[in-house]
Amino acid sequence: MSVPYAKLPAWAEYGLIPLVNLAVAFLISGLVVLIVGESPLEAAYHMINGAFGRGEYIGFTLYYTTTFIFTGLAVAVAFHAGLFNIGGEGQAYVGGIGVALACLALDRTLPWYLVFPIAIVGAAFFGALWAMIPGWLQAKRGSHIVITTIMFNFIAASLMNYLLNKVFKPLGSMSLETRTFDAGGQLPKLDWLMSIFGLSVGNAPFNISFLLALVAAFGVWVLIWRTKLGYEMRTMGHSPAAARYAGIKEAKIIVITMMISGGLAGMMALNPIMGEQFRMQLEFVQGAGFVGIAVALMGRSHPAGIIPAALLFGMLYQGGAEISFEMPSISRDMIVIIQGLVILFAGALEHMFRPAITRLVIGLSPKARDVAATKGA
Amino acid sequence: MSELAIELKGIDKSFGLVHANRNINLKVRKGTIHGIIGENGAGKSTLMSILYGFYQADHGDILINGQKVNIRDPNAAIAAGIGMVHQHFMLVENFTVLENIMLGAEESQILNAGITKARAELKRLEKEYALEVDPDAVIEELPVGIQQRVEILKALYRKADILILDEPTGVLTPAEADHLFRILGQLKDQGKTVLLITHKLREIMAITDEVSVMRRGEMVATRTTSETSVEELAELMVGRRVLLRVEKGEAKPADVKLSVKNLTVRDSRGVTMVDDVSFDLRAGEIVGIAGVAGNGQSELLEAISGIRRAKSGMVLLNGRPVDVTGNADPAELRKCGLAHVPEDRHHVGLVLKFEESENAILGYHDDPKYRKGFTLDIDAIRAEAEEKIAAYDIRPPNPRLKTANFSGGNQQKIVLAREMERNPDVLIIGQPTRGVDVGAIEFIHRRIIEMRDQGKAVLLVSVELDEIRALSDRILVMFAGRVVGERAPDATEGELGLLMAGVEGPKEAAE
Repeated sequence: MSVPYAKLPAWAEYGLIPLVNLAVAFLISGLVVLIVGESPLEAAYHMINGAFGRGEYIGFTLYYTTTFIFTGLAVAVAFHAGLFNIGGEGQAYVGGIGVALACLALDRTLPWYLVFPIAIVGAAFFGALWAMIPGWLQAKRGSHIVITTIMFNFIAASLMNYLLNKVFKPLGSMSLETRTFDAGGQLPKLDWLMSIFGLSVGNAPFNISFLLALVAAFGVWVLIWRTKLGYEMRTMGHSPAAARYAGIKEAKIIVITMMISGGLAGMMALNPIMGEQFRMQLEFVQGAGFVGIAVALMGRSHPAGIIPAALLFGMLYQGGAEISFEMPSISRDMIVIIQGLVILFAGALEHMFRPAITRLVIGLSPKARDVAATKGA
Repeated sequence: MSELAIELKGIDKSFGLVHANRNINLKVRKGTIHGIIGENGAGKSTLMSILYGFYQADHGDILINGQKVNIRDPNAAIAAGIGMVHQHFMLVENFTVLENIMLGAEESQILNAGITKARAELKRLEKEYALEVDPDAVIEELPVGIQQRVEILKALYRKADILILDEPTGVLTPAEADHLFRILGQLKDQGKTVLLITHKLREIMAITDEVSVMRRGEMVATRTTSETSVEELAELMVGRRVLLRVEKGEAKPADVKLSVKNLTVRDSRGVTMVDDVSFDLRAGEIVGIAGVAGNGQSELLEAISGIRRAKSGMVLLNGRPVDVTGNADPAELRKCGLAHVPEDRHHVGLVLKFEESENAILGYHDDPKYRKGFTLDIDAIRAEAEEKIAAYDIRPPNPRLKTANFSGGNQQKIVLAREMERNPDVLIIGQPTRGVDVGAIEFIHRRIIEMRDQGKAVLLVSVELDEIRALSDRILVMFAGRVVGERAPDATEGELGLLMAGVEGPKEAAE
């Protein structure tokens, strides 16, 4: 049975549909705010103002964005090979070991620009290692990656708890964290970037790992669409049978893909550890690994989608914090609800408005009709 | 002229700009078997989907028994007395026949009363139409022919007077197909109306009373079957004269290129699918493997091409042993001169979401000529894809178009171009023309024979007996995993049909 096939033009596919989804998510969020007895307009004002109102706020928003770009890319890379890596949280957490080791060992002897590359390699190495084990288990033993990566999040949490307690914590300290790094372990802020736009970064921890995230995004694009490895990953992701037919080694691709995915997740640790706190704290990932799933879904696993999606979640985090600060009857939990609604509409219910929008667009635009006409029914 | 069971007036249906059905008028007389033929994409399925309520027409009326009806969904179609037997059966495999027939017509929350009633009704239907089926048999244990009978019973149980059959013989042996036609004849005698959708002209000639031809969304002609010919129908379908027989000269078999010795393959459940199969394939010949789908042909192809592990046996490619029981690697086999056009191009031979040029290198993507430093040389890949598009007349000629947007025939040409242009020694092809329109079939058949004439060894698996007979220089018949006979291509269809049904094969093969 043929199914009517209609392809939307890119502006509708990647612009209109996400915007409609987002608008609905915000409308319902507004209703929730209304039920609590507050003004949705005021909340919206605080959200926008809190995220973009001042250079410092923008700095915070972009700081969160950086984190979500890394975890979003991590999930997206695995998606392309048909793997659902839910372990970004744990991989980012373990990736922190690499950053902490590099900084603790070298921060007093080397300048930041020499420590940074080593920390990048360390973060990617530990993240990749943590993702490799579930990858290997799936490739060789058939253990499902969704289950094992979830398990590995818990194992990572316990492991880090132990390490921070017994290894990283300086003697005599009460809090579960490493010592504070010296200058060599501190990434410079992107003051110059903000000042181009006449803004000041203020206290915001907007640092150079943002640029690294952008480079990583470009690297992921090259990897997925321009290399043989990416070709093999996509083949496997779309059709495992075709991959077998083409002689693509499934086990090898699974392990390598998971390692790249874990490496990207691990690099997220650079941002909070070297860019903000200048030390590794307990639970520094704070759910960013899971947000990465939503970012990847919303960004359609494409770097060009992931960056704006990460920015959106960065805005929700920063603006949301501002709302709960300015409007006490809206608690942090309410912000989580709003974030949840965005994830629900942008990710899970992504196709809800598609049929209606398709009809609308195809009815209005003759060019879109031509695109639709390339496939016979 | 007897009264009309179905009358369609000006049915029009568009999907976006795709005009799938264009002002269709159709009259089907009560108590007849009416054939509808047309190439893939001609709009047959869309029209039947409108009649069965899957889609609504944009314009036009449907009259059933002279009454105008509004068929909003399949339930409305059933209420109007229309039943449909789909190409892919809509049966719950681990339910019994009786449970499947009741499904959706249970009548109450408590099943017991319904079961008793259904059993009685089933008995009556079986008697009336000579459709014997054990009501307590589990579907997955029944042969396809019987499963199809269950589909027909399902429709009759819902009091269908009009039965639509969509490509019903695709999965049947010639004998099973004959049996189906006898059943259809009986249904007709009982006053039922049958709409038969097929692309097999022979079947149309054999059992229909009237036949309507669709082309590009339009109903181009309706003929009384006894007054038309296969040639005329083919011409109406394609819109130009078609060569139904491929011209081919004598084969000149040379050295053995592929040698299969005592190959045994089991599926994942441990069921033996290929059982001790041996044969040789020589350069310059086409060996056809005939058989009803599911008798081990697919597994044989997969084992030879390194996709599926064999249990035991040997395969020699160009005289060199292939590790089919161990680490045979499809990529390695390609380098040794084996090309494989898989049976299932949608899931195996192509990645439908890829753009055309990406599929044009699938399996050969390792070739250094597609690489530039660390990355793939996209320009070179697209340029080569364009050459193949020109050579194989793939339409639309756009290497950047998503593969899913090509028609079945053009998709198959993408696979053929990829595999044939590599100049392989051995070409194994599964179902070369499944879901491919008549115009493209001609082209594909010519190419296969050209490959043979260039001295390639070609192994051809097809469930279309006509195709096997038209192309092969030798025919091997597979039944229940074994090669039960070898025949020359001039063997009669009856003879091959009996072998395919396991009747004349060795005793142990018929288990």
